[in-house]
Amino acid sequence: MEQLIRGGTVLDPSQNINGRFDILVKNGQIAAIAAAIPATGCLVLDATDKIVIPGLIDLHTHLREPGGEAKETVETGGRAAAAGGFTGITALPNTNPVLDDPRKIAELLALADKAGHVRVWPVGALTKGSAGRELAELALMHRAGARAFTDDARGVADAFLARNAMLYCRALGVPFLEHCEDESLAGKGQLHEGVLAAKLGLPGITKSAETVMLARDLILAKETGCRLHIMHLSCQEGAEMICNAKAAGVSVTAEVTPHHLLLTEEAVDGYNTNAKMKPPLRTAEDTAALCLALADGTIDAVATDHAPHTESEKTGDFSSAPFGIVGLETAFPLLYTHLVRTGRLSLMQLVESMSTRPAAILGVPGGTLRPGAAADLTIINTTTEWVIDRHAFLSKGKNSPFHGWTVYGVPALTMVGGRIVMKNSRIG
Amino acid sequence: MKGRSFLSTANLSSTELGELLSLAQDYCGINNNHKLLPLDLLRGKMIAPLFFEASTRTKVSFERAARNLGAELIDLQIGASSLIKGESVLETAKTLQAMAIDALVVRHASSGLPLFLAENLHIPVINAGDGWHEHPTQALLDLLTIFQEFGSFAGLNVLFMGDIRHSRVARSNLFAMQTMGISVRMAGPPTLVPPEMKALGAEIVADIDQAVAAADVVYLLRIQWERQQSGFVSSLSEYSQLYGMGEERLALMKDHAILLHPGPANVGVELSAAAYAWPRSRIEVQVNNGVAARMAVLHRLLAED
Repeated sequence: MEQLIRGGTVLDPSQNINGRFDILVKNGQIAAIAAAIPATGCLVLDATDKIVIPGLIDLHTHLREPGGEAKETVETGGRAAAAGGFTGITALPNTNPVLDDPRKIAELLALADKAGHVRVWPVGALTKGSAGRELAELALMHRAGARAFTDDARGVADAFLARNAMLYCRALGVPFLEHCEDESLAGKGQLHEGVLAAKLGLPGITKSAETVMLARDLILAKETGCRLHIMHLSCQEGAEMICNAKAAGVSVTAEVTPHHLLLTEEAVDGYNTNAKMKPPLRTAEDTAALCLALADGTIDAVATDHAPHTESEKTGDFSSAPFGIVGLETAFPLLYTHLVRTGRLSLMQLVESMSTRPAAILGVPGGTLRPGAAADLTIINTTTEWVIDRHAFLSKGKNSPFHGWTVYGVPALTMVGGRIVMKNSRIG
Repeated sequence: MKGRSFLSTANLSSTELGELLSLAQDYCGINNNHKLLPLDLLRGKMIAPLFFEASTRTKVSFERAARNLGAELIDLQIGASSLIKGESVLETAKTLQAMAIDALVVRHASSGLPLFLAENLHIPVINAGDGWHEHPTQALLDLLTIFQEFGSFAGLNVLFMGDIRHSRVARSNLFAMQTMGISVRMAGPPTLVPPEMKALGAEIVADIDQAVAAADVVYLLRIQWERQQSGFVSSLSEYSQLYGMGEERLALMKDHAILLHPGPANVGVELSAAAYAWPRSRIEVQVNNGVAARMAVLHRLLAED
């Protein structure tokens, strides 16, 4: 069955395309992009007044299954991803049990197959149980389908172990994803060590808790030649270090989340547990610097760090609430509205950072509308406004600090391998 | 303020603070004349103290204040367990609310917990100390003590000394004192004075002797033994020598200056026995004023018009 996506503005950073084109999809692949393709016997999808982009890819998704099914499952997370315009997501390994052996990777892939919404790429644990003591079976997990490795939710504290894991990652040709957090510095910190921490009387997390491990990792990546990917960069100092490391030839990439681009520690005032995450929201200088770093390419990608929790877990006193917020369903509209519409980032740059570059970092197909590529694409409605309603999320997690924000750029259709997995779920 | 919760001094206006202080001053007289007690202002009201952290003086002071006004107390044997989290505290609180309890007095180790309760209840919640965050009735009794001494606030210079980082007393006082026109300075070990206190309005001073000599009030904070184990200070002995109030430093104080401490004091650590017993120490006056200050708060929140 052929499908014709007609009349949209097509943006594809991988081919530097930006203009009015029709796209013909055949056998699940992009068959052609041209100015006017005749609709002969094919299903026509009208994209007039909309934009068509390569499907979004999320480098940082917590699907919580197995063990955290009350928060999210592979199925509900997949649905949320499709609603948010994502055609591919990762499955981070901090589940219970931790994804730290090839059997668990295979089981995760089977769950993703069964759910069938979007592509799911498992990320394996670097160390057994992510306990930071022994290397996990990286090579066997890679063979089973793991595309990258991390101990996310924590960093690898032991430098010797981190270095050895980097040597394995380098040999396997996969990225080492680091959650930079020195636990001796972060301690029991609950939010950024700043004015809000002082006012609210809560232990803070300094920027050095993040940058100390970042500095170590840059040194180790340079020495080992490993592809290092820094997760959820939160501060100006981190961005400067990555900029310098890139200039010095270190093979490093970095991601930033929508919340670290748009929110500051102020969002925590009133003990808002939906603004509690790691790394913590920092200051206005940091959001400005991160935005510039994204625009100039120092930061390669936007990732959601989609971290669903139950309402009951997030209801209570601040210190008892778990870290993390959801992001799949709001990421693109938030950044389209607040970075693209405000002229701080071009739409092409946003698509590049949410699709083309994440695919390259992960080494997976996607991020392109080149003929012959899988038809993974997203159609965006840029004109209709959406008032974010966390209760309407398809994710089980409703823990979002963006509830009530008015946004544009809502995904209207998500297609994975030629299959429509979401259509008008938001705007009817 | 009737029917509202009392959680923080940060949102109290100078008028509200002034009214509370004037009421507290009135109660000081009545309070020390047992023949007049109990009053029947809060007769029929039920107040439940929920203390999840050990406390003697604050708990007894609140109980005394409630009884003085004719209210009754529900004594819950909850034990001091800071492990009980917000959600289960709320469950207990809702049960009490359903039994027509009129107000809760809450102390808990988790900053912000009383606010969380207040947001989910319709009866007033009084913060009797939450983590490192605030202890608003303590600030009220401190202001009362200072007012009794100086007769006004504007232009006074108060120096807080010690563990600022972990001090809810310092925070509540900082907010309230600024509102009343007092200049607040802070001094202590570099690990225990967050530089962000400057953004909140305090002046952070390095020369302690000079600051002591310039202060109208020197407010010593309690240092806890655990701060040594967790790496904030090297020893209580070093702390005492550098940041404590000993005889030599005491001699630097202005003639009219007074010494305060929220209690319980570690005599020999943050102040010497001589400093505690110093004629211008007002530490025991503070304790006495605590009852009157809490009576004023209960009055404002709970009395029928």
